[in-house]
Amino acid sequence: MIKKKVIPDVYIDALQEISNIGLGNAATALAELLDKKVDMAVPKAFFFDVEEIFDMVGGPEEIVSCVFLNLEGDIHGTVLFIFTERSTYRLIEMLTGQEVGNVTELDVMGESAVSEIGNVLTGSFMNAIGGMTGLRMNTSVPMFAFDMFGAILSTSLVASGHWDDQVLFIETVFFQETDEIRGHFFMLPETGALNRLFEALGVTEGV
Amino acid sequence: MQSSPVREAAAFQEAKLTEIQVGIADLKVTAQPHRLITLGLGSCVGLTLYDPATRVGGLLHIMLPDSTQFNSVNKPAKFADLGIPLLLSEIGRYGGKVNNLQAKIAGGAQMFSGLNEKFVLNIGERNIAMTRQTLKNLGIRIMAEEVGGNRGRTMILDTTNGQVIIRTVGTPVKVI
Repeated sequence: MIKKKVIPDVYIDALQEISNIGLGNAATALAELLDKKVDMAVPKAFFFDVEEIFDMVGGPEEIVSCVFLNLEGDIHGTVLFIFTERSTYRLIEMLTGQEVGNVTELDVMGESAVSEIGNVLTGSFMNAIGGMTGLRMNTSVPMFAFDMFGAILSTSLVASGHWDDQVLFIETVFFQETDEIRGHFFMLPETGALNRLFEALGVTEGV
Repeated sequence: MQSSPVREAAAFQEAKLTEIQVGIADLKVTAQPHRLITLGLGSCVGLTLYDPATRVGGLLHIMLPDSTQFNSVNKPAKFADLGIPLLLSEIGRYGGKVNNLQAKIAGGAQMFSGLNEKFVLNIGERNIAMTRQTLKNLGIRIMAEEVGGNRGRTMILDTTNGQVIIRTVGTPVKVI
C-alpha cells in the first residue's frame, strides 16, 4: 500500500476558500447563461486518492455527463465537471426553457449545452483563482462524455496521466429556485501544481 | 420435459453466486463458482481467462498497454504487458491449465467526443492491440471480443460455465 499523504488543514481551508469564490463566480456565470437566479451551497473541498473517488457520485455504474478540460498556463492539470443524469437533464431543461421532466435523454443539442455549461463554469472558476493569485491559467477545448462514471473517470485519469496522485474533489450544489443541480468538480493537478497554487496564495504549512 | 433436479440446483446456485469485485488495475482469480465483476471499463480493457476443465477463472482490468514507457511500476496489473503474464501465473497457481484457457476481452472504448480527441486518444485501441499481442505471444487464443466503440462496459465472468456478461448503458445485456 502507498502511504497516504496527509494534507494540512490550512491548505484545505485555503482550498475551501478558493472554491467558494471560484464557484461563486461560476454560479453567477450560470445565472447569466440561464438568465435566472442561481444560488449555491457552500462547496466542500476534499483530497482523495484516485482509487477512492470511484465510489463517489453514486458508484462506477452511475450514469453521468462529464466535461473534460485540460488546464494550461502557470498551473497544469485536468478538470472534470460531472453532473448526475438527472442534473444533466435539469440543466438542459433550464437552458432551453422546458418544463421539469421534459428532457429524458441526451441529444446533440443537449450535449453541446452541457459542454458549454461545463466550459463556462470552469472558465469562471479559473478566472477567480487567477484573480486571487495572479496565476495565468487557460483551459483547452472541452471534451464530452455521457456514460458510466467509472468508465469516464478511469479514461480521464489515463488521459491526464495523473494516476497515482491525489485528486482535489469539490462538491457543488447549485439551486435554481426549488430545483437542485448537483455538480461535482474534480481537479487533477500535475505534480507540483498545487504547491505553486498554495505559494501564490501565500499559504504555508504551520501558519 | 421434466426439469431435472440437477438443473434446478444449478439455477439455484447461479442465483446465489458470490460476486467478487475486481478494481481498476487489479486482478482476481477463483477456483470456486463465483462471478468476477469489473465495473465501468472505458478505455481500459478487461480480460478473462477461463479453464473449462477445472473451472478456474480470472479477470484482469488493464489501464495501460506498455509498462516499459514508465520509470516506476508499482502495480503490474495496471499494464497489459505485465498484467497478463501475472494473471496467467495466478491461474496456474489455482490449478488452471494454460492449454485449456479461453480468453475473452472487452473495453477499449473511445469515451470522449470533442475537437480535442487526439491527445486522449487511441489509448483504448492501444490497450486492445497490446492485449491481443501479449495473448498471442503466450499462445492463448481469444474466443470472444466486445471491444472498441464509444460506450463504457461492465464485464462479468461466471466461473460455473465460463460465460462473460457485458453490461452497457442503453443496450441489452450481452453474453459472449
